[in-house]
Amino acid sequence: MSSRKLYLYTRFERFWHWAQALLIIILLVTGFEVHGTFRLLGFGVAVSIHNFCAWTWLVLYAFIVFWMLTTGEWRHYVPTFVKMFEVLQYYISGIFKGEPHPVPKSERIKHNPLQRITYLGIVSVLVPFQIVTGFLYYLYNDWPVFGWELSLSVVAILHTVGAFAMLVFFVIHVYMTTTGHHPFSHIKAMFTGYEELDEDNVA
Amino acid sequence: MLTRLNTSLSRFVLVLAACVAVSFLEVSLAIANQLTFEPEKTYGAEQARKVSRPTTRWVTTDHSRHPVLQQEFSSPEEVTRACLTCHNEASNQIHQTIHWTWIDPADSERLMGKNGLTLNNFCISIHSNEPRCTSCHAGYGWKDGQFDFNKEEAVDCLICHDTTGTYEKFPTKAGYPVEAPTKFGKKTFQPPNYTVIAASVGRPTRANCGACHFYGGGGDGVKHGDLDSSLYNPSRQLDVHMNSEGANFTCQRCHSTDAHFISGRTYKQPAFTDRRSLIEDDLVKRISCESCHTATPHAVGHKANDHTDKVACQSCHIPAFARVKPTKMYWDWSTAGKMKDGKPYKVKGAFGKASYMTKKGHFVWEKNVQPEYFWYNGKMDYLLVTDKIDPTKVVKVNFVEGDKDDPDSRITPFKVHRGKQPYDSVNMTMAIPHLFGKDSSAFWKGFDWNASLTAGMAAADVPYSGEYGFVETEYHYPITHMVAPKEKTLSCNACHVKDGRLATLSGFYMPGRDGSRTVDILGWVAVLAALIGVIVHGVMRVISKSKSEQE
Repeated sequence: MSSRKLYLYTRFERFWHWAQALLIIILLVTGFEVHGTFRLLGFGVAVSIHNFCAWTWLVLYAFIVFWMLTTGEWRHYVPTFVKMFEVLQYYISGIFKGEPHPVPKSERIKHNPLQRITYLGIVSVLVPFQIVTGFLYYLYNDWPVFGWELSLSVVAILHTVGAFAMLVFFVIHVYMTTTGHHPFSHIKAMFTGYEELDEDNVA
Repeated sequence: MLTRLNTSLSRFVLVLAACVAVSFLEVSLAIANQLTFEPEKTYGAEQARKVSRPTTRWVTTDHSRHPVLQQEFSSPEEVTRACLTCHNEASNQIHQTIHWTWIDPADSERLMGKNGLTLNNFCISIHSNEPRCTSCHAGYGWKDGQFDFNKEEAVDCLICHDTTGTYEKFPTKAGYPVEAPTKFGKKTFQPPNYTVIAASVGRPTRANCGACHFYGGGGDGVKHGDLDSSLYNPSRQLDVHMNSEGANFTCQRCHSTDAHFISGRTYKQPAFTDRRSLIEDDLVKRISCESCHTATPHAVGHKANDHTDKVACQSCHIPAFARVKPTKMYWDWSTAGKMKDGKPYKVKGAFGKASYMTKKGHFVWEKNVQPEYFWYNGKMDYLLVTDKIDPTKVVKVNFVEGDKDDPDSRITPFKVHRGKQPYDSVNMTMAIPHLFGKDSSAFWKGFDWNASLTAGMAAADVPYSGEYGFVETEYHYPITHMVAPKEKTLSCNACHVKDGRLATLSGFYMPGRDGSRTVDILGWVAVLAALIGVIVHGVMRVISKSKSEQE
């Protein structure tokens, strides 16, 4: 089986991917410490790091959104149901039978329908949800200034729900990277920018 | 064409990446400041230091040159009369204060206070025990319920204004010093040389206040836990303000005094209601931490500034009380009266302190005690000896007022002194024992509870049924002295953990302590399901791959 290399991920795309990966890991670890799940750095340090990463991500997020809009990369995140069923079927059974992926990667289609809906959900729902609940939490002491009558418990618990959703995504996403040509080829692609494709599997 | 586009795109991306990198750096620098938890400048402390230079206060009189003081005094009252020849308002002023009345000035019914119907769970009440208890009264001769509170010459000026350290009131003489050398325990009390003492009177020092307040409950450190003889000359470690090698504050440095009215006592009236600081008003009473340190005493942006609306400074800055000397934490009167070979006896326990005394029952002393925390609005309410109680429950002899929803309440540290003490099991009220005295109804003479309670209740003019039992009680003292150096301040983890210091306070969400059990369970189930799912999927892939390779 011969293979072909496809330049899919630009420098900034790779940068924001890994920066977000790092931020998510740190935010999850410090966040669950603040939540009281375990003790690692101490509450105060965990809070400071968590806040720092949150601010950093907010800045990065603004750049990512800007990049998506200006480069037209947003097109890769438009949801579609075309071949959604086939992709699901592939991961449920086809993958075990050595069948080819129903939506091979190309410059035109970087993500399969399942990825599109997941990433879109994360970037437009989960991340903004965490930003909003996180900022409300962060600004707790200023609520009276704004005249907000919220419940810290509701805000904090919603933020925790978001954190669990992110952790579930993280587990599945990391696993899914191993389903490429080789177990590490997707990860490698996210470093080099070049995705390796089977020759007989090019659209 | 495509290559050109690619180059310009990658250039653009490069610029963007650089921007992100710069903002990373900036935010990290800003945060790095916060991460180093010892702020270089603490605004409040800085401001406070400016206004707390060592006092070199001048006086405009030399008392040794006043002819009226150059006489042989035959009684302490004569000294007071001499003082009043110049300070002619002093006794009137004292007469208004709680140091004199032992009644809460804010209580219009005049029931609250040692001379009212409140009690504690140490020696319980002064009624019928006056000559012993009033050795700490700022006066002379309060030996029973007949004391005349209007006598000007009965005010004891010297207990607060003696600077020689030789003036002492005898423990059982109703506030009088001795007239001839007299032994009390191992100590011999000497008659004061009034002429010398009167010639050198001055402003009170910690020694004057401490003579009574460090010995509340009849012994060193018995009552408060944050007030004991270790504060005569405390180290910086024990108290940053009174540190005898540092700021060396006197008590009235914080307990601002106005015409003999000393701020700080809390019954119905909080010690302070004014939350302004010296920065806003130079004549503010300095009784609260905020008076000098402001409500935002930490470095700008420090999270601790956000805590001052809900957490008293003392909660973090006094990690433990009784750090040098032990304090009494438990007192069980119900076991008092046991004899050994027909005689009263003592058992020594930890810290060289008695753990049992026939006269008083069992004690527990503790050192370096972690406070208990309550919402506190500055007011303490007290059970009266006429109030009905429920003996099946622990009776709170005084109550900490405050609520999480009250903007004037802060989470505040307390010493809780627990014990067992007598109550009237028919009338369901607390009971006052007659402890001290030469008569046989005094418990410390006759060891007969019924006789003692009959006499004590009669002295307080409260009905007593003749039936008694013992009930568990709690007494609360706000902890406010023994402020530790900043490096000994509690860390966030003292409270923001599952079983931290504030585990017993409920009804509000505290990060690190609280969460939704349902969300946590469902969340971890989801994470676990995802993990199991991907592991199973992965294993199946490996198996199917090796199968197909075999084929």
